[in-house]
Amino acid sequence: MQRFLNNPDDIVDETVAGFVRAHDDLVRLDQGNPRVVVAHGAGQPGRVGIVTGGGAGHEPAFMGYAGRNMVDAVAVGELFSSPTAKSFLDAIRAADGGAGVAVLYGNYAGDNMNVRMAAKMAAAEGIEVATVVANDDVCSAGPDERERRRGVAGEIFMWKIGAARAARGGTLAEVIASAQKAIDSCRSVGVGLAPCTLPAVGHPNFQIEPGTMELGIGHHGEPGMRVAPLGRAEAIATEMTGLVLDDLPPPEAGRVAVLVSGLGATAMNELYVLYDSIATAIEARGLRIERTLVGNYFTSLDMVGATLTVMALDDELSELLDTDCACPALLQERRV
Amino acid sequence: MKMIDTAYLIAFFRLAAERLEDARVHLCTLDGQVGDGDHGTSMANGFLAVTQRLRTVGAADLPPDAVLREAAQAFLAEVGASVGPLYASGFLSAARALAEGPLPRRDLHRLLEALAEGIAQRGRAVPGDKTMLDAWAPAAQAAARAAQMGEDEPAIAEAASLAASRGMEATATMVAARGRAARLADRTLGHVDPGAASAALLVRVLADLARDDA
Repeated sequence: MQRFLNNPDDIVDETVAGFVRAHDDLVRLDQGNPRVVVAHGAGQPGRVGIVTGGGAGHEPAFMGYAGRNMVDAVAVGELFSSPTAKSFLDAIRAADGGAGVAVLYGNYAGDNMNVRMAAKMAAAEGIEVATVVANDDVCSAGPDERERRRGVAGEIFMWKIGAARAARGGTLAEVIASAQKAIDSCRSVGVGLAPCTLPAVGHPNFQIEPGTMELGIGHHGEPGMRVAPLGRAEAIATEMTGLVLDDLPPPEAGRVAVLVSGLGATAMNELYVLYDSIATAIEARGLRIERTLVGNYFTSLDMVGATLTVMALDDELSELLDTDCACPALLQERRV
Repeated sequence: MKMIDTAYLIAFFRLAAERLEDARVHLCTLDGQVGDGDHGTSMANGFLAVTQRLRTVGAADLPPDAVLREAAQAFLAEVGASVGPLYASGFLSAARALAEGPLPRRDLHRLLEALAEGIAQRGRAVPGDKTMLDAWAPAAQAAARAAQMGEDEPAIAEAASLAASRGMEATATMVAARGRAARLADRTLGHVDPGAASAALLVRVLADLARDDA
């Protein structure tokens, strides 16, 4: 595949530089740390700060979700690699407005350790930190081992809900409770059709044989549940929907929000093809889709494939999901 | 008597950074088989960051435990992933073993034991989990045994290196229980753990330093 590259080793720095220039109406770079993206208005006194972070290569995640009534500060790691403890700490400092900071991130070994070390250092500075660890990927561990599951695109709903609670004046405990409820109400599944490549490495770091698909693939190409022959989009959509809904506690009054994200190198029209069948499969179960996002919201470099996330809604989650926000990856105006 | 002192640690970090740079792609390839393919980058960049920081802070004039604390700070500030906090914790733990000043090189096991302990606590791993600990822990044990048997310094370090390499090779027969590779479980069988591979490389550096210095 041909790429737009300078020095592959500079790709993260150049991505962040371009991102901050493109979206300077919403975000800025942290003064002391070039791997921390900060929303304008972060650290507002009395408001709980929202922090996340993760490896680069998932654009627009994670930094694309920094903005107004969204994440306050984002730590950016190397490609597919947890940010440093120092970057998480600097993000926490930038987000702190004296009411505590909620670090809402995904369940990966590196992120867990770096956030833990950063939280300890922040606590030593007198900043109260609490965390929610996303674990919405159903294929990464069984239902009896949910604490081992990875966090994937459901994190977007977790950030949105947690940040909306903070924007409405929630305390740190309330923000954490809402964000936890959001991720507990989310289930996701990924399907990979072709692998991704770290540009500096130059070749794919795993294989998907032509004519097959990896069902349950992770956001870094972690093998999924099984390799299956590539079927028609309708059949794939139905299988993804089944995996997600069979694991999801029955939604109150049958209301759900749906997010279909491309993994980086799948065309938008295919995502809509997939969504059409997903919506049919969801509605066939008697569920009502209240909110839908279809697009490249959480990618994996140039992987071909898509993820499906379903969040069960209740009145609280619905209301928080509808709260206005503005960040580069998501613009939401009040509905009328 | 030759010591594990400031000069020794600086020489170690310098040679380790060179070797990790050479192994960058190999380690990334290993990691791509069981993880996300970034291990070579993290290790090479991390040790490069350490050597740069040691130069900046004028490490030659610091006591050896301070050198290790600076190395830990470099990892915390410059290396994310899992290896950032793991090696940072390992170096901090090793710094405590050198708190009283340099150690005789025959006591290499004390440095290795402290390093392994710091890594184990941070990663909540035990030997057999298919992690870097499967190279560090046997290296520490082998160094202790060789010292007990009265071997000389190069032989002690060589024994540690041999044990680390065997430990690394043994990870191919293990199923990952920690870290991102744990998500693949059975599918990690047959693959060497990249963290154990880079750990074995680092112990090899210690053996080469001991031999060249003998």
